[in-house]
Amino acid sequence: MKEKLLDIRDEYLSFFTPAGEIKALNGVSFSMDEGEVLGIVGESGSGKSVTAYSIMGLTAYPGRLVSGSIRFNGHEVEKMSEKELRKMRGNEVSIIFQDPMTSLNPVYTIGNQIEEVILLHTDKTREEAKKRAKELLELVGINEPERRLKQYPHELSGGMRQRVMISIALACEPKLLIADEPTTALDVTIQAQILELMKELRSKLDMSIIMITHDLGVVASMCEKIAVMYAGHIVEYGTADEIFYEPGHEYTKGLIKSIPKLNSSEPERLVPIEGQPVDLLNPPKGCPFAPRCGSCMKICLREMPEKTELSETHYSYCWLHRKAEFEKGGGAE
Amino acid sequence: MKNRLPGLHLKAEDFIPATAEEKESLVIMRDSVNFWRDGLRRLKKNRVAMVSLFFILLIMVFAYVLPSFWPYTYDQQIRTSENLSPFTYGEAELERIAAGEKVFPHICGTDKLGRDFAVRLMMGARISLTVGLVCAAIVLVIGALFGAIAGFAGGWVDNIMMRFTDIIYTIPDILLIIIMAMSLKPALEQLVLHKGFLWLQKLGPNMIAIFLVFALIYWVGMARITRSQVLILKESEYVTAARALGAGSARIIRKHLLTNCIGTLTVTTTLQIPSAIFTESYLSFLGIGVQVPMPSLGSLATDAVKGMNTYPYLLLYPAILISVIILVFNLFGDGLRDAFDPKLKD
Amino acid sequence: MNGQDILVEVQHLQQYFPAGGHGKNKRFVKAVDDVSFAIKKGETLGLVGESGCGKTTVGRTMLRLYEPTDGRIIYDGKIIFDSGKCPLKNDDGSDMTDGNGKPVLGKKTAVDMLPYRRRMQIVFQDPYASLDPRMTIGDIVGEAIDIHRSAGSKKERRDRIISLLECVGLNSEHANRYPHEFSGGQRQRVGIARALAADPQFIVCDEPVSALDVSIQAQVVNMFEDLQQEMGLTYLFIAHDLSVVKHISNRIGVMYLGKMVELADSFELIAHSVHPYTKSLISAIPVADPNTARAAKRITLQGDVPSPLNPPSGCRFRTRCPYADEICAGECPQMKEVSAGHWAACHHLDKVDY
Repeated sequence: MKEKLLDIRDEYLSFFTPAGEIKALNGVSFSMDEGEVLGIVGESGSGKSVTAYSIMGLTAYPGRLVSGSIRFNGHEVEKMSEKELRKMRGNEVSIIFQDPMTSLNPVYTIGNQIEEVILLHTDKTREEAKKRAKELLELVGINEPERRLKQYPHELSGGMRQRVMISIALACEPKLLIADEPTTALDVTIQAQILELMKELRSKLDMSIIMITHDLGVVASMCEKIAVMYAGHIVEYGTADEIFYEPGHEYTKGLIKSIPKLNSSEPERLVPIEGQPVDLLNPPKGCPFAPRCGSCMKICLREMPEKTELSETHYSYCWLHRKAEFEKGGGAE
Repeated sequence: MKNRLPGLHLKAEDFIPATAEEKESLVIMRDSVNFWRDGLRRLKKNRVAMVSLFFILLIMVFAYVLPSFWPYTYDQQIRTSENLSPFTYGEAELERIAAGEKVFPHICGTDKLGRDFAVRLMMGARISLTVGLVCAAIVLVIGALFGAIAGFAGGWVDNIMMRFTDIIYTIPDILLIIIMAMSLKPALEQLVLHKGFLWLQKLGPNMIAIFLVFALIYWVGMARITRSQVLILKESEYVTAARALGAGSARIIRKHLLTNCIGTLTVTTTLQIPSAIFTESYLSFLGIGVQVPMPSLGSLATDAVKGMNTYPYLLLYPAILISVIILVFNLFGDGLRDAFDPKLKD
Repeated sequence: MNGQDILVEVQHLQQYFPAGGHGKNKRFVKAVDDVSFAIKKGETLGLVGESGCGKTTVGRTMLRLYEPTDGRIIYDGKIIFDSGKCPLKNDDGSDMTDGNGKPVLGKKTAVDMLPYRRRMQIVFQDPYASLDPRMTIGDIVGEAIDIHRSAGSKKERRDRIISLLECVGLNSEHANRYPHEFSGGQRQRVGIARALAADPQFIVCDEPVSALDVSIQAQVVNMFEDLQQEMGLTYLFIAHDLSVVKHISNRIGVMYLGKMVELADSFELIAHSVHPYTKSLISAIPVADPNTARAAKRITLQGDVPSPLNPPSGCRFRTRCPYADEICAGECPQMKEVSAGHWAACHHLDKVDY
């Protein structure tokens, strides 16, 4: 079998703060094939960004990988040296951040910053790098690239800056692009432009994308596979259709139900998920979603549910699946 | 289905819906912590700051309490006990010991006038600390008030007030202290002749000049910090919310601005203390500090310089003490900043 | 519109913020430019638009947290602000003119806001920045009670605070805690309780759910609806998320670069929008349904929102509008009633068709 592009096994990651250990990831496992687009959906604090950063070896202090393994493109990421990691970042995997203003250096021109990345990772000369930078700007749909190369970040609008960020990320044709809430800071009409662009680039360049977002609407249009995260667990994983049309976890169901529908023709009441997000300093013992779950059972309070495969591509962690089976089998075990 | 958890036996009652109370019991609310308690907790965890605090308290006892119990006073000259090394006695004292009397040892020796150096060090530390604390207090009151008014008023008031601080910033401080000390001298000499002003004589015109200069100049930094804090806080949404509720300026300053500035003010004031001590010490070292016979750590060092080769310890003790005082106050101030600076919190 | 049941109304509201420069070169951010609308008692008016369109400024200016540059604000039939420079309105919404066709101006007015502060309240977007970190939840909620001295005794104050907290789904245990101990959704509830403490009739909800996670968003939206039912509140609900605004509002106004471009009943606005900007805004919203999302054809607007420092002449949307021509550059379109209660400002309403 061909090796997966990305294979994360049982990743536990914690932030050791003075207030105590914050368990950001609690046994995250998933894998990705080449050319796949994976959406990671979850609320703030669910661990979606932490997961993605750990692929690049970019876990912020005081975070530390407690156990588990991350294999990316044949590397064991957790065993790589800082030098090897630097070589991998940008070359094989790159990232776009939420806020394009803070991730561009205000004192260098756009051209400078793109060329810098090209020179750092390839043997190209200045001249070639310049040419490549121009190509990249054209690729991300920026008009008059010659003029833009000479401009500074503050002269560009938010949408334009995010395009520049994408062009920098693509400079070395990475195998995997991680997009961390790439459109959250942008207006709706600009968000639509950037999403169009990303779809277009993906079919042109044939790379894998991990799309991190809290917006189910964004993943619905972009992603083939979706991982739903809650309190440092992947609670459900499946294809977009499976997640949206046959959700297997109560949290996913609740998330879909709580979105207001634009097209409904009469007033309806929203169905929220009750309760508050999990305190990661004191996570519940059993299923992390239990305190907010409408169908919570005794077992959910005690034990973390086991993995239930609903189809070849679809699995979730919920005791309700076992309940159904238990009732069918008449309690034989 | 795969991946069954081993050793887990499920029973029918496991699948009974959980009650609301059971679910709620899973959510544990953390202990309530307010700003001060939270900060103190972090401060207590900071070992460097706690050691510094211990030394500060030690020095305070050394400077303010110990001299009262010391058998010698700072201006008491003991004949025949001039220039003693530590733990040695003068002729007269040896005779008294021979006569069976107990004589308290000169732990740090004596100076060339036969004064016990240990008590002079204590008094020196007392002067230095007093200067540091008083100056920091002066700076706090003037600076915070000035900065808060400028920041809160805004507009042209702010503009004029801050240009004024810019001008003050350009005045060379040492020069001003010297000029003030010179010009204050005759006036002060007149003043101490009146009853009730005798204590001024003890401090001397130089010391009063130092206080005045601190009051006139050194508050500028504090004013700037306070102003920038107030400017940020003034625009915060909770102040807008208070205005929307109908709160007046007095209430906003008292309830929202001051309470939120207090962390920064405490830290800045603490860090002001060592800088004041430092200024006092080197002014005294230059001979424009306290009036003789009152010692200060700086003037003790000056006196000792002349006999540096023969009696090096007389220079070493005050020098070490100044360094330690300034170091511990700075370290403690840094610890306070780490503990109470709101920017480090969420 | 019947003048009787209107609670709050703004006419020709204008808010310019100075942005540097002196004398002749003085520059202004034209945050809000000639916006008029009215909100009926018990109604929710939604206000949507992208960042920099002036929706937040409208809300805050209505409460006179900013002093308006020009315009008139009427609350419950009383003029609480009038710059004295803009024409009065007739009942049908047109400007009042005297016999010679000259506009009739209002009298310059600026009343003391203190009594109105109790009746007009605001809930903020950022649940982190809008609560004083040094105050307990109880004191934050009790601030209105303290300012207006509406409690006779300490006990009465405390009882009232607890009943307010319970009203927003918190409990008495929470009163002695500090804001940083709460999640975003809970803090937003505290912000709402603070606004309710003044016992208001009208609340400006300034993006109250934008900073919250989806599942919490729905809780808070539902709470706003319940409170409106129970207390007969009137809302101005500001947000950039059209689906949330549509859910909670009776009518929606769409703003672009300081101007109102379309105003209609909320179902009408989504189903039969006529302004090209509104149409593109609706189509740009990502739908949380893979099949629809794959099938949908998006109208992707080109370019970015121009700076409000230097907005385009004439129609402000013309730089991104596919229908723009010379008329749009020369003349600023006025609001026209296209069907009953449905207003839009565009020169080419007859041509617009996607």
